[in-house]
Amino acid sequence: MATGDTIFREYRPSDAERSDRSAGDRLRHRQKVRESIRENIADIIAEESIIGKDRDRVIKVPLRGIKEYRFVYGENSPGAAQGDGDSQPGQVVGKSGKDGPGKGDERAGDRPGVDYYETDVTLEELIDIMFEDLELPNLERRALREIQSDYSTKRKGYRKVGIRVRLDKRRTARQRVMRVLAAQRRNGAGTAPSAEELEADDDAALDELDETPSANVGSIPALKRRRHPFHQDDLRYKHIEVDTREESNAAVICIMDTSGSMDTMKKYLARSFFFLLYQFISTRYRNVEIVFIAHHTEANEVTEEEFFHKGESGGTFISSGYARALQIIAERYHPSLWNVYAFHCSDGDNFDSDNPAALKAAEELAEICNLFGYGEIKPLGSRYYESSMLNVFRRIQAPNFHTVLIERKEDIWPSFKAFLAKDRIKE
Amino acid sequence: MNQPQIERPLGSSNYELRDLADWDRRIREKVDEFGLDCYPQEFEICDHVGMLGYMAYSGMPSHYPHWSYGKSYEKLKTLYDHGVSGLPYEMVINSNPAIAYLMRDNTLLLQILTIAHVYGHNDFFKNNFTYKSTRAELTVEIFKAHALRVRRYVEDPSIGIEKVERVLDAAHALSWQCRRNLAIRKLDRKEQIDRAVEGAQPRYDPFQKIHSRQEVKEADLHKVPIEPDEDLLLFIRDHNPFLAEWERDLLTIVDEEAKYFIPMMETKIMNEGWASYWHHRILESLGIEQGLHLEFIVRHNQVVRPIPGQINPYHLGLKIWQDIYRRWTNPTPEEIRRDGAPTKSGNEKLFEVREVERDSSFLRRYLTEDLLREMDIFEYESRGEEYVVSKVADDEGWKQVKDTLIKNVGTASIPVIKVEDADFGQARTLYLKHYHDGRDLLLEYAEKTIAYLQRLWGREVVLETSVDGKRSLLCCNERGFSVRALK
Repeated sequence: MATGDTIFREYRPSDAERSDRSAGDRLRHRQKVRESIRENIADIIAEESIIGKDRDRVIKVPLRGIKEYRFVYGENSPGAAQGDGDSQPGQVVGKSGKDGPGKGDERAGDRPGVDYYETDVTLEELIDIMFEDLELPNLERRALREIQSDYSTKRKGYRKVGIRVRLDKRRTARQRVMRVLAAQRRNGAGTAPSAEELEADDDAALDELDETPSANVGSIPALKRRRHPFHQDDLRYKHIEVDTREESNAAVICIMDTSGSMDTMKKYLARSFFFLLYQFISTRYRNVEIVFIAHHTEANEVTEEEFFHKGESGGTFISSGYARALQIIAERYHPSLWNVYAFHCSDGDNFDSDNPAALKAAEELAEICNLFGYGEIKPLGSRYYESSMLNVFRRIQAPNFHTVLIERKEDIWPSFKAFLAKDRIKE
Repeated sequence: MNQPQIERPLGSSNYELRDLADWDRRIREKVDEFGLDCYPQEFEICDHVGMLGYMAYSGMPSHYPHWSYGKSYEKLKTLYDHGVSGLPYEMVINSNPAIAYLMRDNTLLLQILTIAHVYGHNDFFKNNFTYKSTRAELTVEIFKAHALRVRRYVEDPSIGIEKVERVLDAAHALSWQCRRNLAIRKLDRKEQIDRAVEGAQPRYDPFQKIHSRQEVKEADLHKVPIEPDEDLLLFIRDHNPFLAEWERDLLTIVDEEAKYFIPMMETKIMNEGWASYWHHRILESLGIEQGLHLEFIVRHNQVVRPIPGQINPYHLGLKIWQDIYRRWTNPTPEEIRRDGAPTKSGNEKLFEVREVERDSSFLRRYLTEDLLREMDIFEYESRGEEYVVSKVADDEGWKQVKDTLIKNVGTASIPVIKVEDADFGQARTLYLKHYHDGRDLLLEYAEKTIAYLQRLWGREVVLETSVDGKRSLLCCNERGFSVRALK
């Protein structure tokens, strides 16, 4: 047996609270998770569940890329386990994909399945990650729009000079005490005023501060009585910085074709795109307004709910939607004050007779918008038998006009990036 | 403010630290009486946060940082918070003095049981042959030195965390690809050459005259390595000239740590069984009062109960140890007829086995057909979506069930992969071979792990294995991963 006594080290709450040894490694792990999400963002976007959800919602994101890989045996390696007494050959003891036979919670050994897990992020976090490397460039393009929409002030440090309303009495008084004590030490006088004396002195001194300077000049006897008056150097003023922000109004105009030919799938794709656009613009501007315009042969401004859920029927005049958008911009979102982003989703199934009018309206829109996009939604295969507006719009020369073709949900993120990138290149 | 808590450090429980010291003294008397041979013991009382922390870092008081430990902590904490898994009552590390952590919230009986259990582990660490390679008196210092070195590299402005992680991530992926039986000395290059030369000599043949001439194959003494090398990290460290000194050091650190933990992996069943066996015998002999004794029975059975669908090492180990003791103390007539009368006492046999076996040999020698049957151990395999029982411990199946079990314990569950040639095709390609035993590699994981190998080696890496019965080469170079079939 061991020589010497067994040592018992007791529990000390203070130690336990201080030592969070894994904090650094946890932080690093979370950074890794974030990187992993960023790398897989396109897949996550393609998942239906996040589109159109509340920003505070917590969503589960399957994690890839932070598994710890090793050489392990695969599916054809049998295992051994204990039964409940009457196991028979052929008996099913669990499901693959789960970690071994499912009767218990965990199984010894290191089946790789154990390593897979999901993490929770809020939609807001996800959106931040998504947009971290995107920039919306057109914000300051036109000088007229650079209006200080907003400014706030915040305190930042203390100064020796300032205006009287910002005088910080507490700090001033402290400075005075410091100066007095310092002076006495330097003079070698062992007669430092006692705390009470200083305090009494303080009260009087503060009273004096409250009075206006001109009043003080008159009261010479009062000054004489106080041995330690405030000095100019004692005064401390709060320093305030003005934090200005440039104009940041943006209007997002979502135009969608709600004609009979737009089925649920097409609407879903359109919706996803609008969702991204809205979320993105919200992160860059203070004040974002959103307008929904639904059109078939005629256009109406509608609520979000109606926009996405109300089915319409009938034919399509794209120009009607654009005309309505132009009208709304003219009425409410004058381009000199607003950054206007317009996006139109349609399946491109327009009446031929409307094409020249649509083209003209699109050109006009491109002129007044920061960015105007047209997204043609053609679920896989359908573009071979339906007419397309892409050919028509090809004639538009405006640099801030962009067309995208969305065939399936995996396209949404790349085309969204392309839509914004196009603008950046022109910059 | 904290005074009352310091006086009663064990919170709401109905005992104090000096009670534990008291019980410890009584337990140690028994430990000596039974002949267990332990390192000095240190106990540290911790709360659940501390325990989670120790668990994430394998019980080490200090350990180098890496994000994987943060991940492991988060995972443990989530499982704990959601009540999916509880925390262990104790944790003990193989060091001299042995350090054990006791949960503050345990009841008095649990602490007594745990202390007895810890002495079982302690004795095992000190005496089992697999632990001879671990330098127990330096454990804590070694881990601390590793931590200091890694931190220094992380803080070095010319290295930084990104680069350190690049190497550590790769090294962690390969850390178990090392020698398993550390009691066997690794020959150095010169000794390997001698052995190769010796092996190439024509064998002495007294009937040379009537035999045809022996074919003599000259040993290739320029090959690197002469004999296939299982220590992948060390091999790369010694044979990749482009690694920086700090990178070599990281590989050394990871390898040393893996080799510290290999014995624990190799003796999980024996070790847990041994500790359970002794906590049971010690507590039974302590003559504890009835109230505590009842709780003892309940707790003991919770720990060593069989878990259907799994192998509970506490249960399996304890069963075998008890069976050994019984067979050497009180064998049945049939056993005497079959194996002969025991030549040692039960206790002598126990201590001998705890010294010279590890899980695989322990199971092979002492897990009998009767035990297998009694415990209803079966073999399962995956068929489609399900796991299906393929063999049970009946007359014809028990041997295979036992073999499968042995293949899944300790390091036998890690594929054997060795470096065959460091200059394959004269292109400094690293040629590795998987020693296939009927179990294929999981390709998804192999692909990723080979990429780590290639990262450390810097040139192409080729792994020979067998996929669905076909010999195949998994290749990884800077262009990516590919699988080639071999003839």
